[in-house]
Amino acid sequence: MLSLVLILLASLFFTGIIIRAKSLVSGRKGPGIFQPMKDVIRLWKKGSVFSRTTSFIFQIAPSVYFASVLMAILVVPFGKAPGLISFQGDFVFFAYVLALGKFFSIISALDTGSSFEGMGASREALFSMLVEPAFFIMMGSFAMLTGQSSFHDIFISLHFGSQISYALGVLATFLLIMIAMIENSRMPVDDPKTHLELTMVHEVMILDNSGFDLGLILYATNLKFAMYGALIANFFVGALPLAWAVLVFFAVQVVFAMLAGLLESFSARFRMNHNAEFIYTLTSLSLLIFFGVLLLMGKFI
Amino acid sequence: MGLFYAYLGILGAALLLLPFLRVEAKGGIAIGASCALAMIGGYFAVLALSGHETGLILAGTQVTGPIPIRIDALSGWFILLINFTILTGGFYGLQYMKAYRDQKANLSLHCMAFLLVQSMLSLLCAVQNSLVFLFAWEIMALSAFLLVIFEHLKSDTIRAGINYLIQSHVSIVALMAGFIWVAYRMGSYDFQAIRDFSASFSHLNSLALFLVFFAGFGLKAGFVPFHTWLPYAHPAAPSHVSGLMSGVLIKIGIYGILRMILLVETDYLVLGFLLLFMGVISGLYGVMLAILQHNLKKLLAYHSIENIGIIGIGIGLGTIGLGLDNAALSTLGFAGAMLHVLNHSLFKSLLFFSAGNVYQATQSLNIEHFGGLIKKMPHTAGLFLVASLAICGLPPFNGFVSEFLIYSGLYLGLGNDSPVMLFGFVASLFGLVLIGGLAIFCFTKAFGAVFLGSPRREFAHVSEVGLGKLIPMYAVVVAMMSIGLFPGFYLELLSAPLAAFEAKMPGVQQAAGIPANIAGLMTDIGLCAAGLIALVGAVFFVRQRAGRRQPVMVGPTWGCGYVGDASRMQYTASSFVRTYRKLFEPLFSIHKKKKPVEGIFPEGGGHETHPYDKTELWLIDKPLKILKDFIGKFQFLQNGNPQFYIFYGVVFIALVILVPMLAEGLSFLLDFLNQL
Repeated sequence: MLSLVLILLASLFFTGIIIRAKSLVSGRKGPGIFQPMKDVIRLWKKGSVFSRTTSFIFQIAPSVYFASVLMAILVVPFGKAPGLISFQGDFVFFAYVLALGKFFSIISALDTGSSFEGMGASREALFSMLVEPAFFIMMGSFAMLTGQSSFHDIFISLHFGSQISYALGVLATFLLIMIAMIENSRMPVDDPKTHLELTMVHEVMILDNSGFDLGLILYATNLKFAMYGALIANFFVGALPLAWAVLVFFAVQVVFAMLAGLLESFSARFRMNHNAEFIYTLTSLSLLIFFGVLLLMGKFI
Repeated sequence: MGLFYAYLGILGAALLLLPFLRVEAKGGIAIGASCALAMIGGYFAVLALSGHETGLILAGTQVTGPIPIRIDALSGWFILLINFTILTGGFYGLQYMKAYRDQKANLSLHCMAFLLVQSMLSLLCAVQNSLVFLFAWEIMALSAFLLVIFEHLKSDTIRAGINYLIQSHVSIVALMAGFIWVAYRMGSYDFQAIRDFSASFSHLNSLALFLVFFAGFGLKAGFVPFHTWLPYAHPAAPSHVSGLMSGVLIKIGIYGILRMILLVETDYLVLGFLLLFMGVISGLYGVMLAILQHNLKKLLAYHSIENIGIIGIGIGLGTIGLGLDNAALSTLGFAGAMLHVLNHSLFKSLLFFSAGNVYQATQSLNIEHFGGLIKKMPHTAGLFLVASLAICGLPPFNGFVSEFLIYSGLYLGLGNDSPVMLFGFVASLFGLVLIGGLAIFCFTKAFGAVFLGSPRREFAHVSEVGLGKLIPMYAVVVAMMSIGLFPGFYLELLSAPLAAFEAKMPGVQQAAGIPANIAGLMTDIGLCAAGLIALVGAVFFVRQRAGRRQPVMVGPTWGCGYVGDASRMQYTASSFVRTYRKLFEPLFSIHKKKKPVEGIFPEGGGHETHPYDKTELWLIDKPLKILKDFIGKFQFLQNGNPQFYIFYGVVFIALVILVPMLAEGLSFLLDFLNQL
């Protein structure tokens, strides 16, 4: 329950910090950190325009997408407190619930019958398919290391002791950041601020969404970022006392958001056809974690 | 005993009656008989699942010896799921076949074959005499062939049918070899002889025996590389038959494999990893090819191979559990596999029924022709969507439950100590995740291209199908949802079959029923599924409330400034998968035809891709060509001249008489020489 509240709080300013960091780096003052949230609320009060081509899929898809993200957040634990939903193998549920949302966002893009949105849908489907093994193998490695198989138990019994385990922590953090960037369609895979539809992934899929639905989709992105931030924070929170844990949580969120902003300021988007290969390297990173865990446990030779 | 004879009696009476009925009554009577058969079969099955096994021994004949009929929990589970899908398929088929009322004789044959397939599938799960088993297997294969070639006037259909017929006989040859091997050594046709065989010979012998059986059953189930018949036979058959074949016919192969695991005592660890490997390969290969298909039913057929792969992963895990004496692993593996057998039979038949609705409305199966069907056929589209979500293993539907069990098994396996096994498990985990991701890719393509967007071709009379077809389809959805929401109940049903597998581990203390932690997990999953549905409903409700007072406008799709008709510009299924195709191109053999757009006034370009199966190329086509070339050398013998054929007959008879005479003369001569 605690994690839900904290993630909701973090989601209010997360994207704002990214935008602020980007504008500061490029020498502008930039909007306040709550501006994206204000935009979302403004959208929630607006009417909508629907395409003639669309069907009921287009109507329900944003709600399903949003609900799936909320459901995934319920699984995320915080420190000593498990998430609302916690059972053995809950991270499988986490990944599959997110996939459900993705399924609906893809078919809602196809529902418009537009060539651009189909293009975005095709890319999103391919990229998210390629990124999944990395997450599963990483979680599998930590399950192996701790002998546990739920988010809460894994995080609570994860102790950093030796150099290898620190290396593993760093690798896992990097991996989670990359997964978050890909899942949220940010640099270096997708550029949310590009001006050409042909070069977009996620933004082009929601070209036809408007009003409340668009607000839901945008807010779901904020939530997703905060959710991955919470996962990263969990690596470091461990069994800290509550006050410290909350502090660490927000510190991690802010640092993560600033990192994302810096990353977006100083890197260019990959060429679309190289994205797939890049995403696959994440799987090999997760295999590195797997081997590291084997080394730690002395199972390796 | 009485019920068993009643079963055969109903079957016989229905078969005799069917040809003499009016065409309108044939379907009704067939369905009636089918219901009765399903009820009797279901009665035995429920008895077996609740712990009361049926065992009776028929006297049999001099050739077969006594025929034991044993319906244990494993048989019960399969009989139950087979009959459920056959019944829904039958009710759906009753409406589907109305379009073919003019083909009276063909229809009677179809109805008879349908009943035969149903009864033989149930019988195969019960009979434990290898000769009778083979007979039933043959009758099932032949009647399934008759079902497939219903539209026999199409040359493609008859080709696919004959392909199926030949390959299913290859499977019979493998089974026969296995059974003869056992009968030769043990002198008995009873299945128990297989157990005795593996008890009295080395593990290596038993493993070889298992592999022979695996070749036979695996061919039926469609494990790669034995899968090549599947993508031809399923699209050719009428849709309710495709659903039935993909849903339950191939599952009899899975039943056979599970039965053999119960009977054969061998090194389960080796066997388990072999099955795991086969499963991962089948799953990946099936879904990778499925994505490329343009024919809707062929796409679904390749997905059957994928799902057989997932089931194979489950069985492999369970078998490894047996080898490691790890009861939890074996429970998770076998439970996942058997539940997935049921799940797949439900959503796959639903998918084929939906494809059948589309086919009968448009007379086409090419994905590229469709688009926007959701507006004309909302129920069909919704049902297809539900089945797609379920087959991708997404919560809150039933596919998630079985895949979750298999995932849990894999993660449990990661607690193992040997690095070699760990690599096996991580590789399988990678495979399973990728299978899931690719399935989502494939079904977004299929659903999007067929039902969403604007029409790519005009079809004259497209409208929603009648209630007669929709009711059986919704019945399947209800069954699916019940598994998704109450998985604990279904796992409890599985506890009897699982106990049979656990009995294979003498060192492990047997617990009654499902272990508490797994049962608890199932409750959690059911609650999560319900919570997810409630959450989606709540968000949607808020959205509707918030949007009530706001203005809603309707306009064209945003074309980035282009305002003309953009329906011809929308993304096609081929373009949806283009990046994927480019990425994995080296693994496939794709025939491409390209006509580029050239000149100032282009004449219309085009791009065609025809995916072909590389295993088929290497395992079927090439050897067949070599065989044909060799046999072709003797073609001169077949010159069409009757005199020559009579001459061959004379030569044959002369040889039959002369060879023994010569042999006798020779031995006489040798004796004479010896005496000298």
